[in-house]
Amino acid sequence: MNPILIWTVVILAGLGLVLALVLFFIAERFKVEEDPRIEQIEKTLPGANCGGCGYAGCHAFADSAVKASDLSAHFCPVGGNDVMKKVSAILGYAMVEKAPQIAVVRCNGTCAVRPRINDYDGAESCRVKAALYSGDTGCAFGCLGCGDCVRACEFGALSMDPATGLPVVDQEKCVACGKCVKACPKTLIELRAKGPRGMREFVSCRNTDKGPAAKKACANACIGCGICVKTCTHDAITLENNLAYIDFAKCKLCRECEAMCPTGAIHGVNFPKPLDKAGIKERIAKRNAQAVADKKEVNNE
Amino acid sequence: MSKITFAIGGVHPDDAKLSRGCAIEVLPLPETLYVSMAQHLGAPAKPIVAVGDKVRTGQVIAEPGGFISAFVHSPASGTVKSISPRKDLAGNNVTHIEIAVEGDEWVDGVDLSNTLVTDIPDDRQFILDRIKACGVVGLGGATFPTHVKLNPAPGSKAECLILNGAECEPYLTSDFRIMLERTKEIIVGAALMQKVLGDVRTVIGIEENKPEAIEAMRKALAELPYKGIEVLPLKKKYPQGGEKQLIQAVMHREVASGGLPISVGAVVQNVATSLAVYEAVQKNKPLITNVLTVTGNCLPTERQHNYLFRIGMPLSYIISVAGGVPEGAAKLVSGGPMMGRAIANPDAATVKGSSSILYLSESSTRRGTESMCIRCGRCAQACPMGLEPFLLRRLYAAGDLAALEANAVQDCIECGCCLYSCPAYIPLLDHIRQAKVQVMGVIRARNAKK
Repeated sequence: MNPILIWTVVILAGLGLVLALVLFFIAERFKVEEDPRIEQIEKTLPGANCGGCGYAGCHAFADSAVKASDLSAHFCPVGGNDVMKKVSAILGYAMVEKAPQIAVVRCNGTCAVRPRINDYDGAESCRVKAALYSGDTGCAFGCLGCGDCVRACEFGALSMDPATGLPVVDQEKCVACGKCVKACPKTLIELRAKGPRGMREFVSCRNTDKGPAAKKACANACIGCGICVKTCTHDAITLENNLAYIDFAKCKLCRECEAMCPTGAIHGVNFPKPLDKAGIKERIAKRNAQAVADKKEVNNE
Repeated sequence: MSKITFAIGGVHPDDAKLSRGCAIEVLPLPETLYVSMAQHLGAPAKPIVAVGDKVRTGQVIAEPGGFISAFVHSPASGTVKSISPRKDLAGNNVTHIEIAVEGDEWVDGVDLSNTLVTDIPDDRQFILDRIKACGVVGLGGATFPTHVKLNPAPGSKAECLILNGAECEPYLTSDFRIMLERTKEIIVGAALMQKVLGDVRTVIGIEENKPEAIEAMRKALAELPYKGIEVLPLKKKYPQGGEKQLIQAVMHREVASGGLPISVGAVVQNVATSLAVYEAVQKNKPLITNVLTVTGNCLPTERQHNYLFRIGMPLSYIISVAGGVPEGAAKLVSGGPMMGRAIANPDAATVKGSSSILYLSESSTRRGTESMCIRCGRCAQACPMGLEPFLLRRLYAAGDLAALEANAVQDCIECGCCLYSCPAYIPLLDHIRQAKVQVMGVIRARNAKK
C-alpha cells in the first residue's frame, strides 16, 4: 500500500480526534446553564413562533414563563387550554384557563350590497389603500379587500371570497394569534370568544356614520337604530357612535337581536337551526304585550 | 435656454399647459358652502361659531387648534347651518362648518378696492400678526401656516427668500395666471416677506416654459421701488418646484438629510402665498379665495378654465359650472397629475390649497400591469433626492425599518419620479409612502423616550 495514503489517513484522523477533544472540553468549560424547564416547555408549545402570545417566539415565551411568578400574563392562544395545562404542570403554577377565541371579521359589505363607486388602481395592499383614501365604496369603515389579513396569517386560516370580496376565517385553522387584527388598517377583525359549540352572535359592521349615510353606502350596515338594544333582555348590547356592539360575556345567544335587526348587520354563526325570524318576533310581541298589560294592572291597583 | 436647475434626478413629462390662455374668472357663490376645519398642515382649527349664528364674509369662524395651525374665515355672509363631519376629498370624515349663503357682505376694515398699496409697513411684527390673523397658509401644496415659516426659530437666520413660480406640475396654470394678472401684488407680497425676514435677497424662480410670466415680472419689478428682488428663469424639469430642488437651483446649497430649508438660510414661498400675504397685510383681507385650474387632456380648449373660487365651494359645484364631467374622463384629480390626489368624493369642498380639477383620459391614467423589477436603475436615476427607490421598496417588503431609516427613506418628497420612470410599473411610491409612515412612528417613539 502506498505509504502516503496511510499517512494522510492517520494524520487526518489524529487531527479530528484532537480537535474533537478540544471542542468537547471548551463546551464543558463554557457551558451555559439553562433552566431545563425552558426546553421542556418549548417542546410542549406548538412551535409556530407566531408571536400571538405577545412574546417574540416560543422560546421567549418559555423563558419568560419560567421567570414569572404565575401564569396570568402567559397564554398560548395557538395551543389553548390543553397546552397551557401541560405548561402549568411543568412549572407547578395554577392553571389560568381562558375561553378559546377566534378571529371575527366585522364587515358585512359584500360586493352585492356595497356598491363600488370608484376604481382603485394602486398597490394591492390594504395599508397603502387606507393611507390614500377611504376606499372604493361609499363606506369609509369597511373592508378594503386587498387581503393584508390573508397575507399576515401564518396558519392559512384566512382567504378572500371572490364572490363577496371579504375575507373568510377558517374556523378549524384559526388559532386566534391576532396577526390579522394588527394587519387590518380598518381594525375590522376582532378576537372573540369562540362560544359554546362555536355559536356566537356579533355585529358585523364598524360603520359609525349616521343611519342614512351608512345605509346609503351599504345595505348591510349597522345604522345605529338601537332596536337591538331595546330588544335585548340581557343588557348585552351597547350603542355608541351609531354602532351597536354585543358583549359576549353577557350574550345568552337567544338570537332576538339578530331577528329584529332591520339591516341584517347582526350575525349568528354555527347555530344548529336556521333563524326563525317570525317565531322570535311573535315571542317578542307577546312579551311586550304582556309587559304593557302588567303595567296597566299595576296602575289600576 | 436657462441651465439653472437642481443637480440630480428629475423627469421631463409633457407640460400640457392647456389652460394657459384662459384668464381668471370669478365663480358665482353657490347656495351652500362647506368650510373644512383641516385646511392646513398641523392641528385642525376649532370652530368658534354656533349653529344659527349669522356670519359675514371674512369673519373668523375657527381658531387655530395648536401652534402649527391657522385661522379660518367665513367665505361668504349667511347663516351657520351645521357643524358636523363631512367627507373630504379622500372620503374621510372631517369637521365642516356648513354656511347657507345669503350674500357677500364683508366685515368692516377690509379694503375691497383694486388700488395697489406699495408702502411697506415698518413694523415687522405687524406684518406677521396680519398674516396670522388672515389665516394665510402656503399655497404651493403643503398648506404649512405661513406665519410659522416666516418666523424662523431663534439661532437660524434667513439669507434668501425664494418665490416659487416654477409650477412644474403638468397641466396646472393657476400660478401662471396670477403671475400675469396680479404681477405687482405678488411683488409687493414678496417685499413684505423680505421685510419680515430682514431685507434678504429675494429670487423669483420661474420655469422657462412661462416666458410671458418672466417678462411681466421683470417689467413690474422695474416699475416698483423695491431693492434686492430679481427674477430667475429656470430650466423646465420636474420637480423644479420642490422646496429642496428650488433651493439647490437658486442657491447651489443642499439641505442636509432631515434638515429644514432654513438650515441653509432659505425660505421658500409660493407666488400664490405671496399674493395672499399682500392681500392680508395691505388690504386686511383674509385668505378665503384662491385660483383653481379646470383642465385635462379630454377637455376641449374652450372648456378649460382658471377660476377664482371661495373656499368651501363643493368641487361638484365647480364641475357643474364648468359644464360637467367631459366625455372620456376616466379619472378626476385634485392637484397636478404627478403629486395630486384622485378625487374619491366629488362632493368634497374646496380648501385653501385646492389648485385644480383635472380630468384625465383612461389611456393616460391607467397603470400598466406590475411585473418584476429588472434592476434597470431608472428610478434611482430619476430620484431628485438621490434615494434608491427599488431598494426602499424591497426593504419595506422585508419590514426592515432600521435599514429604511439608514437609507434615508424620510428624505423622500413623494414627487413620484420613480413611479413615473419605472418600466415594470411597480408601485414604488405607494410602498415608500407607507415605509415613511412606519419609520416616522419609530422615530417619534424614540424621541418620546428621550
